[in-house]
Amino acid sequence: MYDAPFSEKNVTSNAVKIAADGVQVYYGDTHAIKDVSVNINDKMVTAFIGPSGCGKSTFLRCLNRMNDTIDICRVEGDIRIDGEDIYDKRVDPVQLRAKVGMVFQKPNPFPKSIYDNVAYGPRIHGLARNKAELDEIVEKSLRRGAIWDEVKDRLHAPGTGLSGGQQQRLCIARAVATEPEVLLMDEPCSALDPIATSQVEELIDELRRDYSVVIVTHSMQQAARVSQKTAFFHLGNLVEFDDTDKIFTNPQDPRTESYITGRIG
Amino acid sequence: MTDATATPTPTKSLTTSDAHMKKRNAAEKRFKAYGIAAIGAGLFFLVVLLASILTNGLTAFQQTFIEVPVYLDPAKLDKKGNRDPEEMAKVSTFGYAPLLQDGIFAQVEQKGIETPLAKSKDMKALISASAAAQVRDRVLANPDLVGQTVNVRFLASSRVDGYLKDRVTRESVARDKNIDAEHLDLVDALRAEGMVEKRFNWDFITGADASESRPEQAGIGVSMIGSFFMMLVVLFLALPIGVAASIYLEEFAPQNRFTDLIEVNISNLAAVPSIVFGILGLAVFIQFMHLPQSAPIVGGLVLTLMTLPTIIISTRASLKSVPPSIRDAALGLGASKTQSVFHHVLPLAMPGILTGTIIGLAQALGETAPLLLIGMVGYIATNVPDGIAAGFLDPNSAMPAQIYEWAKRADPAYYERAWGGIIILLLFLFAMNAIAIILRRRFERRW
Repeated sequence: MYDAPFSEKNVTSNAVKIAADGVQVYYGDTHAIKDVSVNINDKMVTAFIGPSGCGKSTFLRCLNRMNDTIDICRVEGDIRIDGEDIYDKRVDPVQLRAKVGMVFQKPNPFPKSIYDNVAYGPRIHGLARNKAELDEIVEKSLRRGAIWDEVKDRLHAPGTGLSGGQQQRLCIARAVATEPEVLLMDEPCSALDPIATSQVEELIDELRRDYSVVIVTHSMQQAARVSQKTAFFHLGNLVEFDDTDKIFTNPQDPRTESYITGRIG
Repeated sequence: MTDATATPTPTKSLTTSDAHMKKRNAAEKRFKAYGIAAIGAGLFFLVVLLASILTNGLTAFQQTFIEVPVYLDPAKLDKKGNRDPEEMAKVSTFGYAPLLQDGIFAQVEQKGIETPLAKSKDMKALISASAAAQVRDRVLANPDLVGQTVNVRFLASSRVDGYLKDRVTRESVARDKNIDAEHLDLVDALRAEGMVEKRFNWDFITGADASESRPEQAGIGVSMIGSFFMMLVVLFLALPIGVAASIYLEEFAPQNRFTDLIEVNISNLAAVPSIVFGILGLAVFIQFMHLPQSAPIVGGLVLTLMTLPTIIISTRASLKSVPPSIRDAALGLGASKTQSVFHHVLPLAMPGILTGTIIGLAQALGETAPLLLIGMVGYIATNVPDGIAAGFLDPNSAMPAQIYEWAKRADPAYYERAWGGIIILLLFLFAMNAIAIILRRRFERRW
């Protein structure tokens, strides 16, 4: 029924990377996320699916505190990464975001050169001691972003001059350059054509070896192809969270079944 | 089979238009015509404005000069004969004026020009009152000239200048006590001999204002320096304060009643008449803080207050136009708020900020009303400020104030200078706008 997955769906790690417990999010008076508890494993791809406006992106943005930038947004509950409460007063969101990288829906390279795009994170975090080390980080990141071969001859061309799919892979390379432990992806393929999408999906599967990846997607096929765990959100509730196989073949909740068979959404 | 190839007749042909369609098309054409008419009217007024400014003002850049050999008589200039500059300084300009008159009269006699003006003294009406001072300065700088006959080029009186520029006619001199028709005949004769001619007048651009009775000597240079120092004050206060305020309001400030109030007030301040800022400057900077009157620093402070809202509004608009995805990208990589603003948002907003600043400066450069109240209008700036501190603190005028001052003086010769001043002011504004365009092109980036 769904496309074959790239890799075996066996669970390679059971270590919990992110533990969310009783998370509530309010936008002013709107209750956007209602009591969501979920455990996200290390070295695994977790997909968030659900109809538009169900809160999956909002929840994703809680995991690196990007919601802090919205004045009216209020987060309650407990989110721990490696056992540390990320909403603790002592936590600097800037440090958190270096550890939890993010890739956005629309490719958003800086209007600078490809090299500077990737080097920006390492530069501000002081990851390289000299130019040679920085060059090395840039090359390694672009290779991980599966875009090195396409851009190695024009590292000083503007990143905005690339095609949409290349830009998105550049953004992924930029995100991994800061050596995060978790990679959040907010509908990374929704602005891309099918070929670019499959390239990015392959890349996500690669990244699973080193990172814990959380991906928000509108495409159920994509969730089925790339993820090992899937969470289904509906109207701000986490309806069901289980192994991807199980969600798509044997959903427990009638709402999940309605959604994946196309009756709601 | 035959049905498939038959062309169906259209119920409504596409090649003919019905009444409704015609009406719509007519409305469209009419609207286009209105637009073209509006632009045409605007261009027409612009052409009229420029033409009248140029025809009235360009003559100010030329001035009539008289060039004759003058015998610098030692009996009058250096009675003791020791060429001591201190002794010679005792001889005032009254001692020099007859020498110039003699110089012209000698030429009149030598060339055999027939004129009823039989005395050397009658030449006085041809010579600018500033000429004697000009020759005196030259002699005091070089005392050895005394006793020689030197060729001197000096300003003709404003009546002679007006005659050469068709401002003074034989009809108008009938009612003029300063000059007679005989003088005009003599000017014609001297002109034929090449001793009276119009030349480009650098002193109009670089010189200082003059008293009401010597329009031929007046220049806009010193008030240009006043404007320059005011613009320095505006640039170095309004730009950093305005940009810092906008960045805080746009990127950091929480959205609440207090910031809303500030925002509304900034917008209102941009619409406050400039004279209100003038009276504020008078009350605060001069009466309360006791800063010097008529000083460019006070003018600069007042214009800073006036320009700030413009700069804040344009800076905020250009910060707002930077796509939020750029901020997200930077924050998502672990950049702090400040880093995201200074590394990414500000460079992208730069063209807009610079354009807004230069437009604000240009506005301030042409502003006259607030200067009225702090005493920069009506002050006759006759001296170039001595050094940078004096440039800020000594009384001075500004270009628009100088133009206003000239326009209200009685002598029609000043009218021409007012238009000439406008041309210079407009050149500055054009230059600043050109810089704004160049900077925008230079910094503009696509994303």
